[in-house]
Amino acid sequence: MEVMERIRTLVNENPVIIFMKGTPQFPMCGFSSRASQALKAAGASFAYVNVLEDADIYENLPKFADWPTYPQIYINGELIGGCDITLELYQKGELQKMVQATVPAKS
Amino acid sequence: MTGDRVERIRARLADAFTPVSLEIIDDSHKHAGHEGAKSGGGHFRVMLVANAFEGKSPLQRHRMIYAALGKELEGEIHALSIKAYTPGETSTG
Repeated sequence: MEVMERIRTLVNENPVIIFMKGTPQFPMCGFSSRASQALKAAGASFAYVNVLEDADIYENLPKFADWPTYPQIYINGELIGGCDITLELYQKGELQKMVQATVPAKS
Repeated sequence: MTGDRVERIRARLADAFTPVSLEIIDDSHKHAGHEGAKSGGGHFRVMLVANAFEGKSPLQRHRMIYAALGKELEGEIHALSIKAYTPGETSTG
């Protein structure tokens, strides 16, 4: 699949997803670490992509998003920002509301 | 050399925003040797207060700053932490 298509599918199929350096368990960058911790603390169950292990995504996501840095956090298919914005939203209590609103109703 | 980088960032941001307040902190030394710093780019923190942010979302504010920094971002800056406020937002905390 073409990389832009792959990215689009990832952000559309995962209500909360972070593109980060490393993994939530073993982050390779302080910003990625803090952003994934904020998602956890907000109660989000989230998907992640380790961009250090996917050169195609690493190179093309900044173009896809018009956003030059990592991590990148998407909720409901939309970029909400990087580490600073995610932490700000968490501190204001807004991140919690945003991720709760994405949880699909249990049948 | 690091001082130059801060001055270049300062000049670009000052040109683009005529800020009410602009603070740039170079954190590069804290990250020397870590995986992400291999490329040699620096770590910086920017605190920028400007009227231009009025009515803009956090996402838009960051994009404005990225756009103003342009090419500096590609090589010189490895990581950038941004706080972007309007004058009104800082006085209310």
